[in-house]
Amino acid sequence: MQSETTTIREEKSGSTISRSSHRKKSLFKQYVKNRYLFYMLIPVLAFYIIFHYGPMYGIVIAFKDFYPLRGILGSPWVGLKHFHEVFSGLFFWDVFRNTIIISSYKLIFGFPAPIILALLINEVRHMGFKKTIQTVTYLPHFISWVVLAGIFIEFLSPSRGPINVILQSMGQKPVYFLGDPRLFRGVIVSTSIWKEIGWGTIIYLAAMSGVDPELYDVAELDGAGRFQKMWNITLPSILPVIVIMLIFSAGSIINDDFDQIFNLLNNSVMQVGDVISTYVYREGLTKMNYSYATAVGLFKNIISFALVLLTNSIARKTSEYSIW
Amino acid sequence: MTSSERTGQIIIDIILILVALTTVFPFLQVITVSLSTTADINAFGLHLFPKHFDLGGFKLLLGYSLIWRGYLNTIIRVLTGTTLSIFLTVLGAYALAQKELPNRTFWTGIIIFTMYFGGGLIPSYLLVKDLGLRNTLFALILPGAISTYNMIITRNFFMSLPKSLIESAKIDGANDFRILFQIVLPLSKAILATIALWYGVGQWNSWFDCMIYMDKESGYVLQMVLRRLLLQGQQPDPNGVDVQVINPDNMKMAAVIVATVPIMCIYPFFQKYFVKGVMVGSLKG
Repeated sequence: MQSETTTIREEKSGSTISRSSHRKKSLFKQYVKNRYLFYMLIPVLAFYIIFHYGPMYGIVIAFKDFYPLRGILGSPWVGLKHFHEVFSGLFFWDVFRNTIIISSYKLIFGFPAPIILALLINEVRHMGFKKTIQTVTYLPHFISWVVLAGIFIEFLSPSRGPINVILQSMGQKPVYFLGDPRLFRGVIVSTSIWKEIGWGTIIYLAAMSGVDPELYDVAELDGAGRFQKMWNITLPSILPVIVIMLIFSAGSIINDDFDQIFNLLNNSVMQVGDVISTYVYREGLTKMNYSYATAVGLFKNIISFALVLLTNSIARKTSEYSIW
Repeated sequence: MTSSERTGQIIIDIILILVALTTVFPFLQVITVSLSTTADINAFGLHLFPKHFDLGGFKLLLGYSLIWRGYLNTIIRVLTGTTLSIFLTVLGAYALAQKELPNRTFWTGIIIFTMYFGGGLIPSYLLVKDLGLRNTLFALILPGAISTYNMIITRNFFMSLPKSLIESAKIDGANDFRILFQIVLPLSKAILATIALWYGVGQWNSWFDCMIYMDKESGYVLQMVLRRLLLQGQQPDPNGVDVQVINPDNMKMAAVIVATVPIMCIYPFFQKYFVKGVMVGSLKG
């Protein structure tokens, strides 16, 4: 190796040239040496280039008046015209507001829920019971929102749902859970928690299992009760995991659950339930305002990405965990 | 256990049982309605157990030809999609797991970047359309062929295998393909089970891609058929093709059950695998 470098240095004039050509040579050699690894990577890269980076190029539509027949290159450039439309228009801000409000509710109520459930499950000694509870609570996570919408439309039905039947037999009027704009967001948040609470416990239970059992034994000797142990040992031990999950959940505040909202949304609750992703779908695919919808989507993606960068730098500063 | 600890345990157990019941409760109504007669359904009262056990809803469903078409299409996409996905995921994960991969950080970086930024719905739709994939199986299995999250988990798993295994195989003259298929994969059954489940369930539950890429009913997957059954007659049909059909409720609920029972039966068998998978994935090394 060393004699090779010396030889090159003698032949060329500047040392920089010899070093970089040496590096280029060895990189090429590395690809040749590990070519099978690269062969494995090629179909994977092809996938990402076509189906992930391809659409990223398509983002340019947001800056053009896109006519499908003319294609992307043939459509005229209009700069920020569509973004002006988005921000000065009537509908976008309603949709933006709904997205943020629903995400915030989900954060406030949905974030602590799996933690509390995990703490309770952690207390169970009987393995069979513990595993059964977990299996049951994992179930909704695996079910699609088409099915769940079918289930909840039936379960919350004003005429047939058990809650309304009980209300009506007590002389109350039935509650239109899915049709009442005052209740719709609550239903969205509750059903979302119902669906994911079990799945959400997995990571917290994993963290809890890493706590040193001796800590509990010592606390026992000091006369600590169950909830004192939870408060003083379990929770502080899993605090890093909680913090990291909180940071990333907060960073997703502009994201929404298209599947859920789309399947439960109806005309009576559009004002409160329409979110960014459903708006983009309707404007772009049903009304074919391709450029406008792409602009809305781009706005959301940029904010989402900025939040990821922000939350990740916060995460890196506060704990050892981060994405990169 | 002291008596106060015992009461504490009982309270916790009761709360957990209530949580489990709350999870199961909404399903109860669906099952009941699917097994009831229309008269019983329309009668006022709680529908938690069928008053008269009746298979009429299921019979109507079995006679609905689209449900068979939907089942067939879903099974096809689950089998082909999951196989393709696992194949690509394993290739990518193994390659990214090897430290000798040239420009490894760069390749990993451009792949992970796609988890946080993308083109969005409209550009993706236009791409699939321009590639001529609409109304083909490929529109359903190609765009989502690799889940970056699944690939990262698999990569982390491969990285946790003892390097001596691969090194000794290389000394024996094996190339990476042989190492992957003959040595690494047989040791990776747990992670393969996990991603097989996740990809499989993902394919089973997919409906939106079918909605935007398939024009004809013959291309509908099960979830799409279910959607149509549930919504027919309730909202004006944008295609103007359907006559105002309102499907009987017991048939609708039978469809709900049939669309989800296979998943409900399968996932418990994979429980220990996917629990481990989540742990491996989130506590990234």
